Amino acid sequence: MSEVASTSGAPSLAVSDEVVIRIADMDKWYGQFHVLKSIDLEVRRGERIVICGPSGSGKSTLIRCINRLEEHQSGSINVDGIELTDDLKNIDAIRREVGMVFQHFNLFPHLTVLENCTLAPIWVKKMPKNEAEEVAMKYLERVRIPEQASKFPGQLSGGQQQRVAIARSLCMNPKIMLFDEPTSALDPEMIKEVLDVMIELAREGMTMICVTHEMGFAKTVANRVIFMDAGQIIEQNEPGAFFDNPQSERTQLFLSQILAH
Amino acid sequence: MNTFSTGSIVNAGDLPDKPAPIRTDGPIAWLRDNLFSSRTNTILTLVALAIVLYAVPPALNWLVVKANWSGGAEACRANPGAACWPFITARWEQFLYGFYPQAERWRVNIVLYVLLGGIFLLAFEKMPLRKWVGLLMLIPFPIVSYFMLYGGVFGLPVVETSRWGGFMLTLVIALSGIVASLPLGIVLALGRRSTMPIMRLVCTLFIEFWRGIPLVAVLFMASVMFPLFLPPDVTFDQLLRAVIGVALFASAYMAEVVRGGLQAIPKGQYEGAMALGLPYWKMMRLIVLPQALKIVIPGIVNTFIGLFKDTTLVLIIGLLDLLGIVQSSINDPNWSIQSVPYTGYVFVALVFWVCCYAMALYSRHIEEKLHTGHKR
Ligand SMILES: Nc1ncnc2c1ncn2[C@@H]1O[C@H](COP(=O)(O)OP(=O)(O)OP(=O)(O)O)[C@@H](O)[C@H]1O
Ligand SMILES: [Mg+2]
Repeated sequence: MSEVASTSGAPSLAVSDEVVIRIADMDKWYGQFHVLKSIDLEVRRGERIVICGPSGSGKSTLIRCINRLEEHQSGSINVDGIELTDDLKNIDAIRREVGMVFQHFNLFPHLTVLENCTLAPIWVKKMPKNEAEEVAMKYLERVRIPEQASKFPGQLSGGQQQRVAIARSLCMNPKIMLFDEPTSALDPEMIKEVLDVMIELAREGMTMICVTHEMGFAKTVANRVIFMDAGQIIEQNEPGAFFDNPQSERTQLFLSQILAH
Repeated sequence: MNTFSTGSIVNAGDLPDKPAPIRTDGPIAWLRDNLFSSRTNTILTLVALAIVLYAVPPALNWLVVKANWSGGAEACRANPGAACWPFITARWEQFLYGFYPQAERWRVNIVLYVLLGGIFLLAFEKMPLRKWVGLLMLIPFPIVSYFMLYGGVFGLPVVETSRWGGFMLTLVIALSGIVASLPLGIVLALGRRSTMPIMRLVCTLFIEFWRGIPLVAVLFMASVMFPLFLPPDVTFDQLLRAVIGVALFASAYMAEVVRGGLQAIPKGQYEGAMALGLPYWKMMRLIVLPQALKIVIPGIVNTFIGLFKDTTLVLIIGLLDLLGIVQSSINDPNWSIQSVPYTGYVFVALVFWVCCYAMALYSRHIEEKLHTGHKR
C-alpha cells in the first residue's frame, strides 16, 4: 500500500444533495450462487466512495451492475434518472454517463493511445475527428502523457496504460466514474502516478466509486468508505470514523489484516 | 575497486571499457553454427547435401538445360527426354482465355490489368486514397468485371460462361470464392457465438453441413441435383452454381478460422468497449474483429490458398479451368509426344505455386504491418 500525500480537509469538497445513483434492494445470482444480497446504496453527485472488502465479496460485481456489465435479477438500479432495465436504449444512455476503469486497463492494443481515446467520442457521440482529437489531447495532458499519444498501448508501462485508460473514459465526459482496483495490477512505483490522477479528478468534483485497497487514497479523498463481505454491505461510514472506530467485527478483522503490513 | 567497509557496497570509479565480443555473423560462422554445430547436425547436413546433389541436376537438366525452348512439335519429338516448352508457347492464349472469342479477349485483358493494378497499389501502405482503392476493388470491381466478361450491356456481345476457361476461369472462381467467403464466414462465426439460441443453431448447422461433405460432392450436387429443384423453365448458369458451391463450402471453413480468432480475444476487450457505450456491431467492427482477424491471418490465407487450388475440381463438372484446359490440350494428336503431358502439368504446378506463394508473401507482409508491440 502506498501512502498518498495527505492534504487535510480534502473530504470537505462540495457534495450536492442530488442522488445520482440509487440502488434499491438489489439481488444478483450467478446460477445458484447468491453474489449480491439486497444491496441498498445511494450515491450523491460529487460523492467519492471507496468500496473495500475481502476477495470474492462481490465488490467488482456490484460496480459492474451499475453499467450493466453484469445483469442484476431483482431490485432496481437508477442512474441519473435512467432506470436500468433490459431496454438497450437505457443501457446505452447509462453507459454514456458512466465511465469505467479496470484492473487490467482493457486498452485496445491495435489502436494508438490517441485512437483509444477518440474512438468512443467519434463512434458513440458522433464527434468530428479533429474535435475528438483535441478533447483527447486535453485529457492526455491532464493525465500527463500527451507525448505518448502516437504510441501503442503495448509500448507503455502499466502506470502509463492505466492513465491512458482514465483519459479514455474522461473523453466521453462522464458524470460518474467507476474504478475497479485500478492500481492492483501495478508495480508500487507506478501506483502513485495513477492515484495522483485520481485524486486530482476527485478534487474537481467527479462522482467516483472506487473499489480499492489503497487506504491512503480512501483517507485522502473519500467521503464514504463501504465495507462488503459475502455479498452484503456490512458497514459504511466517513473515512475517519470507519478506520478509527469500525463497528462490526468483520470490519475490524478485515482492517487489522490489511493494515497489518 | 569495491570498498566493503560498513556493510554497504559502493562502486567507486568507472569500470574500464572491454573489447566487444568477436562478431559471429560471417558466412563461415554461419555455416558452423547452423550446419555443423554437432555430430547429428553434420550428418543431417551431409545427407541433405547428397539428396540435393542427386535430385537437382537432373531436374534442372530436364527443365532448363536440355529443354526444348523453340521449334514447335518437331523439335520436341526429336528430343523427348526433356521439357517441351513450345507446347506452352503455342497454346498459352487458350490456357489463359479458354474458348473466349478472340475478338473479345481485350475485355478479359482489361479486367486482368485492373485487378493486377489494384493489388499492386494496395501493396503500398502509404498510398493516398488507399482505402478508396480497396473499397473500389471489393465491391464495384467484381460487378463491373462480371458485365465486362459476360457482356450484354453497353453493346458488348454476350459471351456465354460455357466459353470461359483456362486461367481466367480459375481466377473468376477463386476470386469470387475469396470475396464471398470472408464476409460470409465472419457472419457465420459471429452467429455461432451469438447469445441467441436460434441464431447459434442455424449457423452451427450451416457450418457443419458444408464442412461435412466433400467439395466434389458439393459440385456434383450443384451441377446435377440443384436443377431438379428448379422449375423446368428456369435456367441457372453452370458456372454460377459452381461459384456458389465453392463460396459456401469455403465460408464454412472460414467461419471456423474466424471463430478461433474470436475466442482468443479476452473478455476485457468486450468490457472495455461496452463500458464506453459502443453498441454490439460497432464493438465487433472496431474492436473485436480487427484483433481477431489479425490473429487468424495465417488461417485465413491458408483457407484462401486451399480454395484457390480446389478450383481445379470444377473439372469434374465439365468446366475447363487452367488444369482442365491443359489436360485436354495434352490429348491433341499433334502434340502426342512423351514429354508434353509432363511439361503441361509442371506448367500448371508452377502457375499455381506462384499464385499461392504470392498470397503467402502478401499475408506475411500484412502481418508485419499490423504488429503493434506486445499484447495486453
Ligand atoms: N461470471 C461468474 N460466474 C460465477 N461466479 C462468479 C462470476 N464472477 C464472479 N463470480 C463469483 O462471485 C463472487 C464475487 O466476485 P467479485 O469478482 O465481485 O469479487 P470481488 O469482491 O471483486 O473480489 P476481488 O477482490 O478478488 O476482485 C466470487 O465468489 C466469484 O467467484
Ligand atoms: Mg474484483
